[in-house]
Amino acid sequence: MSLFSKQNKAAFVEPLNLNNPIMVQVLGICSALAVTSQLKPAIVMGLAVTVITAFSNVIISIIRNTIPQRIRIIVQLVVVAALVTIVSQVLKAFAYDVSVQLSVYVGLIITNCILMGRLEAFAMMNKPWPSFLDGIGNGLGYAMILFVVGAAREFFGRGSLLGFKIIPDAVYNAGYMNNGMMTMSAMALILLGCVIWVHRSFFYKEEK
Amino acid sequence: MSLRNYLNKIKPNFEEGGKLHAFQSVFEGFESFLYVPNTTAQSGANIHDAIDSKRIMSMVVIALIPAMLFGMYNVGYQNYAAANMLAGASFWAMFGFGFLAVLPKILVSYIVGLGIEFAWAQWKHEEIQEGYLVSGIIIPLIIPVSTPLWMLAIAIAFAVIIAKEIFGGTGMNVFNVAVVARMFLFFSYPSVMTGDKVWIAKDTIFGLGNALPDGFTMATPLGQIAQGITPTSNLSDMILGFIPGSIGETSVIAIAIGAIILLWSGIASWKTMGSVFVGGIVMALLFQALGMTPIQWYEHIVLGGFCFGAVFMATDPVTSARTETGKYIYGFLIGAMAVIVRVMNPGYPEGMMLAILFGNMVAPLIDYCVVQRNINKRAQRAINK
Repeated sequence: MSLFSKQNKAAFVEPLNLNNPIMVQVLGICSALAVTSQLKPAIVMGLAVTVITAFSNVIISIIRNTIPQRIRIIVQLVVVAALVTIVSQVLKAFAYDVSVQLSVYVGLIITNCILMGRLEAFAMMNKPWPSFLDGIGNGLGYAMILFVVGAAREFFGRGSLLGFKIIPDAVYNAGYMNNGMMTMSAMALILLGCVIWVHRSFFYKEEK
Repeated sequence: MSLRNYLNKIKPNFEEGGKLHAFQSVFEGFESFLYVPNTTAQSGANIHDAIDSKRIMSMVVIALIPAMLFGMYNVGYQNYAAANMLAGASFWAMFGFGFLAVLPKILVSYIVGLGIEFAWAQWKHEEIQEGYLVSGIIIPLIIPVSTPLWMLAIAIAFAVIIAKEIFGGTGMNVFNVAVVARMFLFFSYPSVMTGDKVWIAKDTIFGLGNALPDGFTMATPLGQIAQGITPTSNLSDMILGFIPGSIGETSVIAIAIGAIILLWSGIASWKTMGSVFVGGIVMALLFQALGMTPIQWYEHIVLGGFCFGAVFMATDPVTSARTETGKYIYGFLIGAMAVIVRVMNPGYPEGMMLAILFGNMVAPLIDYCVVQRNINKRAQRAINK
C-alpha cells in the first residue's frame, strides 16, 4: 500500500469535514468551550491536541497486537498521560504565559474524548502510518473549530485578535462597545451550535 | 368593507404564479392579522374557540398601551425633574419628549424583529405567525431609555433567532423572547443596562427636553438600596411611577390597568399572576423576619420590574406552565426567585428577569410532575377499586 493511497487520504481528510470530531461526532466540547475566549490559547490547545492525538495513535498502533484486550484502556491512558505530561512541560518551558492561561486544560487533554475515541476506533485496528494521518486529521479538525470560535469570541468580546487591537478607536468613540457575553462560555456554546448549524445546512440534507 | 375588497383585489398577485409571489407570506400575515381567516384546520382534533392567536396578541398589545404611554410621559418627567425645569414644563412638552425618545426604540424593535420573522417564514415556506407582535412592544419597555439603538437591534436579532426561530418559531420557544433580549443586553453590555447613569435621557430632541451633563447620575430606588442608601422616592411616587427605571415598568397603576384588561378578557391566567405576587410577598416577609433586607414587602412589589414581569411576562401562555396546578407552582417560584436574587445577590439589584428565565426553564418539569402525579393518582384509584 502506497503512502498516500485512497484510504490513507480519507483517514486524513474526513475528520477535517464530513467526520469532524466536534461538528459531527460532537466530542471534545468541554475543552472547546473552556479555552476559546481568546485566539492564542485556542491555537495552542488545538496544536497540543493534534500532536498528542497523532503520536498516541502511532504508539498504540505499533503495540496494538501486544496489548491484552482487558487492560487496553489502562495502556491507552498511560500512553496519553505520558504524552500530555511531555507537552505540558514543553509549554511551561517555552510558552509559559500561554500555559498559565490554559491552566488545567492542558492536563485535562487526557480526558479529551477525541483521543480515546480515535485510539479505540482507529489505532487499535490500523497500521501506524494511517493511524498517524488519522490522528493529525482529527487534531486539525478540532483545532480548526477552536480557531473559528476563538477568533469570533476574541474579535467580538475584546475587539482584538491574538492580542492585537483590530477595531480602531474611532469605532469605539462612535459608541461601539465590546460584547461582554462573548467572553462567557455560554456564548461559546451558542457559537459552536451556530458553526454546527452552518456546517450541516451545507453538507447534510435534512431527513424528512 | 373597502379594505376587505382591496385585499381581495390584490390577492391574486401573491398566489402561485402571481408576480408578487415572493411576498406571499407577508401578504398572508397581514391579511390574517386584519381579518380572522375563514379557513379551519381539516385534520386532527382541534379545540374550537372564538379567538385566535393574532387576536390574543392584539389584546395583549392593547393591555400594554397604558404602561407604554405612561412610560413615555415618565421619560420626559424624569428629564425635566433632573434639570430642575419641572415648574415651567407643560404636560405636552414632557410627553412629547418621552414620545420622541421611545418611538425610535419601538420602530427598531418592530423593523428588526418582524423583518427576521418575515424573512424566515418566506425562507421556510411557512405562514407568518407574528408571535413577535407582543415581544416587539415589550422589549422597548423593559430597557433603560439610554440604550443605543444598534445594541437593541443586535439583542432582538439574537433573541428572535436563537430563542425562538431555531426552536421552531412562535409557540415553540422555551424562553420568553423579550426576556432573552434583555438578558443578552444585560450580560453583553452591563455598563448601559445597570448602574446609575442610564435611567435618564440626557439629550434634547427637536428642542424638547434638557441636555444634562455626561456624568449625571440618578439611581433607581432598587439601585440605591443595593448601595445601602435609603431610597429618595416616597411610596406614592413608587406606585404612580414617577421614579427612574426601565421605560414601561415604573407605574403600578398603568400596569394594573393592563392586568385588568388581560384578566377580564381571560387571556392571562390569574393563577400565574396571583401566585407570582404571593411568592414575592412570602419571600420578602421571610427575609424581613430574618433581618436580611431593609426593603418592606410592599416596596419589593412596587419597585423595579416585579409588576411588569408578573403581569405581562410570567403569564406568557407559551413559556409558562400549562397545567392548572403547575401555574401556581410556576408563579410562586418566579416571585420567590425574584426577591431571592434581589436580596441575596448584591451584584444584581433587580432579579425579575433572571427569575422569569428560571421559571421558563423549569416550567416543562413542573408540568411533567403534575401530569405524572395525576396519572399515578388515577392508576391508584383504578387498582384500589
